[in-house]
Amino acid sequence: MNTGAVLVGMFAAAMVLVGAPANAHKPSDSYLTLTQGDAGQWVGRWDIALRDLEHAIGLDRDGNGEITWGELRGQHAAIRRYAFEALALRSDGKSCPLLATGQRVDHHSDGAYTVLDFTAQCEASAQLEVEYQLFFDLDPSHRGLLRLQGPEGEVTTLFSPERPYAKFELARLDRRSSVAAYGREGVGHVWGGLDHVLFLLMLLLPAVLVRRDGEWQPVVHFRAAAWDAVGVVTAFTLSHSLTLALAALGILALPAQLTESAIAASVFLAALHNLRPIWKHGPALMALVLGLIHGLGFASGLLDLGLSTDSLALPLVAFNMGVEVGQLAIVSVFLPLAFLLRSGALYRVFILRGASVAVALLALRWFLERASVFDSP
Amino acid sequence: MRIPVSLGLLAVAGLATAAPYTPTEDSLVLERVAKPATPAGDAVRLKQLRAALADSPEDVSLAVELASHYVDIARSHSDPRLYGYAEAALAPWWSASRPPIDVLYLRAIIRQNRHDFDAALGDLDQLLSRQPRDAKAWFARAVIQLARGEPEAALQSCAPLRRLADNLSATACASSAGSLLGHADASYRALESALARSNPSDAEHRVWALTTLAEIAVRLGRNGDAESHFREAMQAGDRSVYLISAYADFLLDQERPQEVLDLLESQDAVDPVLLRLALAEKALAKETGSRNRRRLAERFRASRARSDETHLAEEARFELHLRRRPERALDLARTNWNTQREPRDARILLEAALAAGKPEAAQAVLDWMQRTRIEDVQLSGLAQRLRVAGP
Repeated sequence: MNTGAVLVGMFAAAMVLVGAPANAHKPSDSYLTLTQGDAGQWVGRWDIALRDLEHAIGLDRDGNGEITWGELRGQHAAIRRYAFEALALRSDGKSCPLLATGQRVDHHSDGAYTVLDFTAQCEASAQLEVEYQLFFDLDPSHRGLLRLQGPEGEVTTLFSPERPYAKFELARLDRRSSVAAYGREGVGHVWGGLDHVLFLLMLLLPAVLVRRDGEWQPVVHFRAAAWDAVGVVTAFTLSHSLTLALAALGILALPAQLTESAIAASVFLAALHNLRPIWKHGPALMALVLGLIHGLGFASGLLDLGLSTDSLALPLVAFNMGVEVGQLAIVSVFLPLAFLLRSGALYRVFILRGASVAVALLALRWFLERASVFDSP
Repeated sequence: MRIPVSLGLLAVAGLATAAPYTPTEDSLVLERVAKPATPAGDAVRLKQLRAALADSPEDVSLAVELASHYVDIARSHSDPRLYGYAEAALAPWWSASRPPIDVLYLRAIIRQNRHDFDAALGDLDQLLSRQPRDAKAWFARAVIQLARGEPEAALQSCAPLRRLADNLSATACASSAGSLLGHADASYRALESALARSNPSDAEHRVWALTTLAEIAVRLGRNGDAESHFREAMQAGDRSVYLISAYADFLLDQERPQEVLDLLESQDAVDPVLLRLALAEKALAKETGSRNRRRLAERFRASRARSDETHLAEEARFELHLRRRPERALDLARTNWNTQREPRDARILLEAALAAGKPEAAQAVLDWMQRTRIEDVQLSGLAQRLRVAGP
């Protein structure tokens, strides 16, 4: 092969490889669902792509490029043997016999799959081990997606050549694991978004002070500061939970530009209030009103996870709990520090005024940036 | 925000389709697996090779021949499974630090396909240190560097091709890189003249050169030239997914969605095609649009379930233009920009930052544009709007 020909091939390849916006076909996946029955029994459903089985054992018997139901049916026994050799379930170290109960067909976004129905009879045990080796020898980029369903909830895992084994504690096969994941996401959303953190801090800065004769004075007891903070946090929680739920359920929808600009404005107002009180009521009321806007911001974080609305209730609660944990963590670090520092001029001059000025300017810039692109399509 | 794996896996729950069934007719066709006509062989040879390799899996020349076949098919069909088959054929050497030269090259190509660019470049650097006159390795290196938004480095990789390859290949390589470095017009003219002097029967070269010319013309805003180059490329030889996608994007920008439908209706339902179909259908307010949108959503969910990040730029376009979720699009476009930095990757990030009202998020792209001095009317327009809006 001369260099020119190689290069031509490479050029063409390069365009497909790197240039193409995405892989055209889907990579190879199988979908395995195990549902817990009584007394150690599991009911299995395993969707395996016909294209993969064609490569592994050959389904297109007449070689005409089409796999018919008749051809597939003729290979059912071979498919069962091949698949069951690649899957092992064990409880308490004893393997669970797999028994096929039927074979059906289903279609995923990239084509037809055989649906292998089976049961696995395990020892009644608190653990289940799963070892998955399907197709890894033929296609190391194959992945097995397992969904383990218990009466209370489910867990999912991904098998790869590097990680063909998983062990499940069935007592934990409740809703906790997915709750924890959404919860972490909620925490991450609070900590990851500087605007939410700054808003909260702006409202909390004066909690260790009290306004007397138009001047800030330090509070005497930590309890007073704590009650102030509790009030702010509770109000903020109530209001943002309300709008978070409404937005997540699709009842309330605002354009992202509007929400983001409004959040920037709320940070600005909160900072301004520390410099020059703009209303007489306490910061709790401010948290209550402006928190409504932040709830919409949190909702975008939740909606970004691409959940269907019919299974939203649990993620919503878990995500919201995560948001609360995230903000409580901020409060619990900030408040004792602020209380210690409250008496000095440092706090009133540099921290309260300085930080508020800085945050007000930053928020103003955010607002101008975010609002000025309103007209963009 | 990067979607954590744990949450990606939660998406698995939505993947299983609802209704398995038992067909009643044996003659019902479930799947088409038309044997692809491979460029350098046929299905019979492939079968022989597989059988031979099964008997002696340590035979490197058999393994390389089989893996090359798979990579060729994977390229022409844009099918990631075949890269997996190629990897399996190379299994005995896959983790080796110093595999045979031919294995090294194929491993680089497979890793490149998975956007594992660092590892792919590592393989190519090792290959070139052992065999510096390997034109295809220099070229593969340039291609990866272009994909990573490093046209300066790509230009360096193209340089040895002047000695090692034919004029059109070397010029096409250099023009691809040079056109992103503030020399779009000179690159265009150099490639145009190399094309005129090349052998007109050399269809594959010509398609590639014409596609590159069309893309440079699009970036320069010379839409008439772009149109004629695209049309000539479409006539000249095999229509790659890349060419079809680039032409469809051009037509979409020209607000000619009906022509996009005509162009794509006979194509396989692969992701890039589905995305552009859905965009055109949206522009025409077609009923079928919702079905293609659902298919795309399912594809992207499946990618996330397996932590696959090679589709992020497309998913960002999907989220921005078809689902109107600019925040999500921005997250995807930013993550994508970490690895993929071609002009189209820059564009979706700028668009998403504008739509999400977060111009500051596009700073990395603005810096990149300034550094490379890329000439691109679309990018310049977007950057201008961001500067008005932003810091």
